Amino acid sequence: METHKEALKMENITKIYPNGFVANKGITFSVMEGEIHALVGENGAGKTTLMKVLFGMEQAQEGKIYVGGKQVKITSPLDAIAKGVGMVHQHFMLVPSMTVAQNVTLGIEPRRHGLVDNAACIKMTQDLSDKYEFGLDATATVADLSVGLMQKVEILKALAKGAKVLILDEPTAVLTPQETRELFKQLKLLKENGHSIIFISHKLEEVMELCDNVTILRHGYCNGSYPISDLDEAKLSRLMVGRDVVLKIEKADPKPGRPILEVRDLEKLSDTGKLVLDHVSFTIREGEVLGIAGVEGNGQSFLSDCISGMQRFDGGDILLNGKSIAGRKISDIRESGMSNIPEDRMTVGCVPTMSIMDNVMADRFERRENMHGLFMDKKKALKITDDLIKEFEISCDDRSEAIRLLSGGNIQKVVVAREFTSGANFVLANQPTRGVDVGTAEMIRKYLVRQVREQNIASLLISADLNEVLEVSDRLLVMRQGKIVAAFPKANMVSEDELGEYMLGIKTMTPDEMEGLL
Amino acid sequence: MSLMRIGAFLYSTLRLSTPLIFAALSAAICEKAGLFNMAAESMMLWGALIGVMVNGWTGSVWVGFLGACLAGVVVGLLIALATVKGKADLMLAQIAINLASTGGTIFMLFVVTGDKSTSAMTIQSDTLPKIFVPFKKVPIIGPMLNKQNILTYGAILAAVILYIFIKRSKTGVHIRAVGENPNAAESVGISVSKTYFLTWAISGLLGGIGGAFMSMAYTSAFTKNMVAGRGYIGLCASSMVGGNPIGAMFCAIVFGVADAVANQLQLTNAPVDIVMMLPYIVTIVVLIIISVIKMKAHARKIRSKAQKA
Repeated sequence: METHKEALKMENITKIYPNGFVANKGITFSVMEGEIHALVGENGAGKTTLMKVLFGMEQAQEGKIYVGGKQVKITSPLDAIAKGVGMVHQHFMLVPSMTVAQNVTLGIEPRRHGLVDNAACIKMTQDLSDKYEFGLDATATVADLSVGLMQKVEILKALAKGAKVLILDEPTAVLTPQETRELFKQLKLLKENGHSIIFISHKLEEVMELCDNVTILRHGYCNGSYPISDLDEAKLSRLMVGRDVVLKIEKADPKPGRPILEVRDLEKLSDTGKLVLDHVSFTIREGEVLGIAGVEGNGQSFLSDCISGMQRFDGGDILLNGKSIAGRKISDIRESGMSNIPEDRMTVGCVPTMSIMDNVMADRFERRENMHGLFMDKKKALKITDDLIKEFEISCDDRSEAIRLLSGGNIQKVVVAREFTSGANFVLANQPTRGVDVGTAEMIRKYLVRQVREQNIASLLISADLNEVLEVSDRLLVMRQGKIVAAFPKANMVSEDELGEYMLGIKTMTPDEMEGLL
Repeated sequence: MSLMRIGAFLYSTLRLSTPLIFAALSAAICEKAGLFNMAAESMMLWGALIGVMVNGWTGSVWVGFLGACLAGVVVGLLIALATVKGKADLMLAQIAINLASTGGTIFMLFVVTGDKSTSAMTIQSDTLPKIFVPFKKVPIIGPMLNKQNILTYGAILAAVILYIFIKRSKTGVHIRAVGENPNAAESVGISVSKTYFLTWAISGLLGGIGGAFMSMAYTSAFTKNMVAGRGYIGLCASSMVGGNPIGAMFCAIVFGVADAVANQLQLTNAPVDIVMMLPYIVTIVVLIIISVIKMKAHARKIRSKAQKA
């Protein structure tokens, strides 16, 4: 048994928000030097709040924090950095037009003759990058880097400021499987160098693979800390959600009917002139879910925006129920059968400052049956909203409160509820369960499958979550660099490994191989 | 003869460009911090008035100049106070300050002198020194540079200093970081609000000097509305080059040429009112040309990439 020093301890942390919401209640956990410690829990379990307290962004009502055995009071992120706690934010805090070195040394620039010493900045950054084998070029401009590299710059930033304890908030959410593996390698190297890492994740297999110990939060309480070796995924998910998350989705074989959505030779140029959709063609029929897998940023978002009518395309055509959507207004497209669960629920999916009712009614308040004279029929709207809240188990105190006050999972439920009840026969679901807790994600996936089968509608599922795209989809396409590079007739027969090879460009199917599968 | 006329024209261009350069630099540093400076106009107006007044009181043109600088800084800080501390909308705050300054400077002039249009009759004020060059006999360059005001050299120097400041100094790097991603700056301990205050102060200083040039070099008195939109022209010059101080300086000189042409034409029979419109028309035309060029380049880039793909 090795003896390690305790790097960090949070003891009996209680955080109650001014509105009375108890985010953390008596949470205690500790992290040793040279340990990777997972912090898991459903959305709204209190992970984020706990880390905000640790990083000085929020002040707890009760509890003590010890760093390196000494009790400390952390009053601000700066204070946290000074005490050796660094955080890699989910949304990168980088200045795109500056170089890697400038970003890493921002705020602590070495100076010579009163000016910033660029050579020293570069050397400092390069040394650090080389020491931890990050493989970064200190003189590269951040805007040109891939997401994986940007994340490394974020980690370097924290290390350059002397962080001993690193908080990583869902670091793999934006990474390709390959980049994730590389990140893990580097995190292990950091661990060997005596750094402690707090790893927040929704992905249980990653926690199992990477971490030494895990602390589980549930509804603001600490549900215990365990060595990973004592757990398996099923046990861990039981501790998190209090019931087994079934990763398998039972569904009958699809009986595809007439085509609902036909995408023909779709071409799209980005603002910067990049061909982001390169002759994409496929058809989705009644009663089936077509999945699109791919590393993010390979054209999926553009495809989604073109289909939903949010962006125009430069070539080819999209037919919905036999009619082209080119040049038509979004409301018009929706009338002819489109519904859209967008990728970014907070800016496209809902109006954060409006109530659940307003958000639910957003697409239907103008329909005759929901009008009362010139105005919306309030009574009817309330009934529709209440029915949906009940059906989708949306937990809220008050249906008239602003939707942004709900947790991410509940907001997504509202979006899903609206989109599935709009009377459309085509549902575009782009990352429908991203950042959503395990329970809600499961509910949304099952609902999607059930609706498609029972209502005989068609759905396009775009997802970066391999499990999701493999389980929910009937047929599966893989996108890479704006092209369809693989097509599989049965999604649940595809292995993750095989899918990964197509996603990462190790293999590509020829048009002949995909013949008849699009 | 014609060489001399060219020299005289260039002399006039540089002289007329000077306030535009200061206005452009005032806008440029704001642009780098992600701020939109519409208030260079006010900074210059107050700089022009206070400079003359302090000069009149103290009898020293340099103390007057310091007063002008200070006046500009105060206007800048006022905007910072309203928008950073008071969380007022930046555009509205600047519009309010501009309107208040137009009237406010005239009001203050009236209170102090009893005259509503100019300080020429009532305040004894001087102009800042001119620089005599030893090579005044050299064709074109001699007449162009000889007897230029010290602030004209100051404008060019200011552009260079500001360029180095923004590019290489710690504060300059922080200003750029704040301008591009305030969250990133904040997360490493750079105070965004302090940076905004500092930026507005520097911007105000540059605007104030521009104003001082108007009333203490270009003319020797304050006249109502004497800035006449130069602050906005400076803003255009800066935004054409994305806030690069050196580029902003050259853009300002382009507008200076238009000013100089207008001045020359006033000596001819051309209708004065239309001639006076020239600098502003040039501003609009240049803006349109630049945006067309940018659009063309963009389209070309898209086409060439599409062909490759």
